[in-house]
Amino acid sequence: MEASNPEQYPDTHHDTYSKTLFGFWLYLMTDFILFGSLFAIWAVLRNNTFGGPGSQDLFSLSWNLFQTFLLMFASFTGGVGGAYAHRNEKNRCLSWFLITAALGIGFLIMQTMEFARLIEAGHTWKGSGFLSAFFTLVGTFWAHIIFAVLFTFIIIWPVWRGDRDIGLRNLTRLTCLRQFWQFLFVVWIFIFTIVYLLGAK
Amino acid sequence: MLGRLNLDALKHDWIEYLAGASMFFGLIAIIALVTYYKRWKWLWKEWFTSVDHKKIGVMYLVVSFVMLVKGLIDAVMMRFQQAFAFGDSMGYLGAEHFQQIFTAHGVTMIFFVGMGVIFAIINYVVPLQIGARDVAFPFLNNLSFWLFAMGGMMILVSLVIGVYGGTGWSAYPPLAGIEYNPGVGVDYWVWSIQISGIGTMLSGINFLVTILKMRCKGMSLMKMPIFTWATFITMILIIFAFPILTGALSMLTTDRLLDTKIFTAGFGGNPMMYINLFWAWGHPEVYILILPAFGMFSEVVPVFSRKRLFGYASMVWALVAIAFFSFIVWLHHFFTMGAGANVNSFFGIMTMIIAIPTGVKVFNWLFTMFRGRVKFSTPMLWFIGFIVTFVSGGMTGVLMSLPGVDFQVHNSLFLIAHFHSVIIGGVVFGFFAGFTYWFPKIFGYTLIEKWGKWAFWCWLIGYCLAFLPLYLLGFMGVTRRLNHFDVTEWQPLFMVALLGALVITAGVGFQCLQIYTSIKRRKENRDETGDPWDGRTLEWSTTSPPPFYNYAHTPEVHAKDAFWDFKQKGMPIKMGPPYYPIHMPKNSPYGFLIGVLSFTMAFGLIWWIWWLAALSVVGIVVCIIAHLFVKEPDYFVTEEEVAKIEGEAHGSV
Amino acid sequence: MKTIFKVVLGILICLAAVAITAFYISTHNIDVLNPKGIISAKERDLIATASELMLIIVVPVFALLWYISWKYREGNEAEHEPDWEHNYIAEYCWWGVPLVIVAILAVVCWKSTHELNPFNPLQSDKKPFKVQAVALRWKWLFIYPEEGVATINLLQIPIDRPVSFEITADAPMNSFWIPQLAGQIYAMPSMRTELYIQANEAGTYRGLSSHISGKGFAGMYFTVQAGTEQELKDFVAKAKESNRSLNRAVYDQLVEPSEYDPIELYQLQDPSLFMQVLDKYLVPQSQAS
Repeated sequence: MEASNPEQYPDTHHDTYSKTLFGFWLYLMTDFILFGSLFAIWAVLRNNTFGGPGSQDLFSLSWNLFQTFLLMFASFTGGVGGAYAHRNEKNRCLSWFLITAALGIGFLIMQTMEFARLIEAGHTWKGSGFLSAFFTLVGTFWAHIIFAVLFTFIIIWPVWRGDRDIGLRNLTRLTCLRQFWQFLFVVWIFIFTIVYLLGAK
Repeated sequence: MLGRLNLDALKHDWIEYLAGASMFFGLIAIIALVTYYKRWKWLWKEWFTSVDHKKIGVMYLVVSFVMLVKGLIDAVMMRFQQAFAFGDSMGYLGAEHFQQIFTAHGVTMIFFVGMGVIFAIINYVVPLQIGARDVAFPFLNNLSFWLFAMGGMMILVSLVIGVYGGTGWSAYPPLAGIEYNPGVGVDYWVWSIQISGIGTMLSGINFLVTILKMRCKGMSLMKMPIFTWATFITMILIIFAFPILTGALSMLTTDRLLDTKIFTAGFGGNPMMYINLFWAWGHPEVYILILPAFGMFSEVVPVFSRKRLFGYASMVWALVAIAFFSFIVWLHHFFTMGAGANVNSFFGIMTMIIAIPTGVKVFNWLFTMFRGRVKFSTPMLWFIGFIVTFVSGGMTGVLMSLPGVDFQVHNSLFLIAHFHSVIIGGVVFGFFAGFTYWFPKIFGYTLIEKWGKWAFWCWLIGYCLAFLPLYLLGFMGVTRRLNHFDVTEWQPLFMVALLGALVITAGVGFQCLQIYTSIKRRKENRDETGDPWDGRTLEWSTTSPPPFYNYAHTPEVHAKDAFWDFKQKGMPIKMGPPYYPIHMPKNSPYGFLIGVLSFTMAFGLIWWIWWLAALSVVGIVVCIIAHLFVKEPDYFVTEEEVAKIEGEAHGSV
Repeated sequence: MKTIFKVVLGILICLAAVAITAFYISTHNIDVLNPKGIISAKERDLIATASELMLIIVVPVFALLWYISWKYREGNEAEHEPDWEHNYIAEYCWWGVPLVIVAILAVVCWKSTHELNPFNPLQSDKKPFKVQAVALRWKWLFIYPEEGVATINLLQIPIDRPVSFEITADAPMNSFWIPQLAGQIYAMPSMRTELYIQANEAGTYRGLSSHISGKGFAGMYFTVQAGTEQELKDFVAKAKESNRSLNRAVYDQLVEPSEYDPIELYQLQDPSLFMQVLDKYLVPQSQAS
């Protein structure tokens, strides 16, 4: 595949990897800023309960703490999966990413249950500025986890079906996937601290 | 089944019918022509699915031009209304229609002309300037274009099916919320911007990675062409600013679709937050528009003055300073919201600081001309026009940065005159200079000067007639966005403004004539050497137009103004054989498909056709997966093919 | 020869335009430059000061532009130094001088912004005249709580006495602006802004909303009558004789959209109406009194 004169490629195969990773990291930065705008809304609206319930009435910290552990382990297992990908150990890599996806699904179930609990009690996003800010911020995060789980399955499928050799293209994508899970955990730390911990006071 | 879409959506007044009909027949005419000349396959293969940055640049030009015509028609319609709607006469446009027109005018001009033309030039020129063969993510580039085009399509479709928003281009809640605007208009507004905004954000990432990772050997950052620097800084602005817009618009969408209470006046919502978020994006946006235009002037002035750009390092630092400060001035768009004197003063002072690096740039350009040999071809005329209009517009900007002054001119026609001065003088004139300058590179022949000069004078005189009276009207206490006036003594000034708009239209007419006659006489004006202006940067070392792979051998540079350096030293750009196989990306249909599906998704969300929206989302995901699973996204151009192309191109040199 | 002819023609056209503009300005009322109130007078002076400071830079820029374009045009034999791209003195000048001017302007900015803060009461030994303004669709409701009257689209104020405004909206966002008397401030639903003005000359002035609020926005202008204390008393008496009475029920009807409303005078039955308007947004209506 390598021709004799590396000067002639618009990008060598090595470069594709670093370009894609850099680009993906830039996308993560834009996502961070997007969450920033949602956090700004939270900061302003968090006490606007309009006569309805506020953070101290609605959140169960132990529930959210468990969610934090799920995501923390997901970030860890994703990291391990990525490490095995770099060592070209296909089966271990796949297993660890599957665990990551499972932990993500666990988080999703818990978060959906929290939303459902609130909605059934009549505290929907229509109720007040506070509730809207909560559902938008945490809801956007919830959507990101859905994408992360989907993304995981989509990326590991060709790895599973492909050769023993993971290959550069799959390696690049697996590394991006790992970055995504780690990014999401960082965002969750902010949400857990700012929304749940500070709110419960 | 069809949500809230019914036949009422097609009911309009006679003007909208006329507009819709002309659009429709225009479309039919294009389809007929393409079918007659049997060019569908060519269009699909060579253009729509192309990931070549040069083709994408040309497509941006075409769409921007169409949107310019639409935006200009909006402007002329507005001027006619405001020239005649005095006292008992209510003009020929109903209030709601007028409000839709100025909203669409703003969105069209900023997003689909301003952003379109700068991305057209950036796409075409930047990879060539850095000695690269394409951008970092060619497929993403194609996708960005289609998202841009589909956003524009939303505005055009809203002319025929339903209505566009009537809230002004900034669409503040609560007016833009469901209580006061439950219809489809504001939803069209949201999605036209949201879709093209995603495209812009992807381009921001794309060009940032391209510039940082794909410069040719020897081109350190301080040896890059200044236009590439301007693009680089602009992309950083895009990456920081656009997510804020995405956030603000998403929350406006949930307010409208899901009845959230984020920007509502009651229920604990806070409309002021929308204003903050919108302008936290909005101010960097205007710098996103102007910095590439500055870059274009920085390329044109040295070439047409036959002299190096004065103070290259200063120019770079000025760009960085402007970009930095552009993020901490946003509150000057709403001094009148009552933030208190400390906050207002802080933002006012930050705003006036931006005048310093901007002034530095102006002086550097003037001193590039100093002791040069200046040829006043049309690109330089546009530059002179820019200095005249932009500097006076900038002065009024610093004036308004004082909250005490702003309280008297905020939202008045003084403000309108200010931003048109800087946008027309800066972005539009800059683009025209760049367009004339790079036209031969893109199309292979030069534009006919004569009509360019006529166009310039029409634009400059038209601008003066159209906007200088508005400064005065602002001081007379006339606010913006009015469809009718009770004070008849203002009418003469509005008449002058209407004349100005018509003179500008004549200018655009001359530009169309220029393009038409240039195409007709292209054989006489063919650019044989690839370097018609005795240029200084690498793109002029290629043929006009360049081969699809740009460079058979990627250059190695040793100084800034790399091509000039080669010419001075008598070095040829390494051209000849032996040639090597070149690795190029393949075309892809998924950019187009994702674009179309984004359109249908938005259409479904606007009209509450939930199945359409859901299916579109699924379709987009499927396309993304399909794109990820393409087995061979690249191919090799063989040595023989390269040799053939190079031989044909350089045979006459 | 031909170029000179074009340049002279251009200059003549510009001078003619300036002359026509000057004539127009002298024969028409330019509200912002012709202030009749304390605040607007200060704002006008600020415009003048800031413009003068900036012309220090702008005039040389234009002069340089013409000089350099003329002297160094192709065809004129002037020095040509194609590689001259750097000069420390020049750079210090054009980083430095604008920096100094901006520093001066920054001080002007700080001082004037604090002085002209709309929320600052005006210094006076007279008690401020209190008005509450509510922006509706598409007219202005003025409540005079201490006098017990209200109007649509008519603001009657005394001269030489501070007038204090409390401003809100029961409509989309608007902006309260009387160009000859003071700068504007936003009128926002659920928010309460303040403005202080003082007219120093009797007369009829124009007020308007300067933020789009929907279909009838162009009709949101109002009349300002600045007059003596006696004229104020006459106005209050006339309004008290009105057969229209403003209470919550009548107010709720006024909230309904209407365009180009004529001036109306009301007796004010419910002096807490302004607070009720704010409460509409701030307090859940099930809990409202």
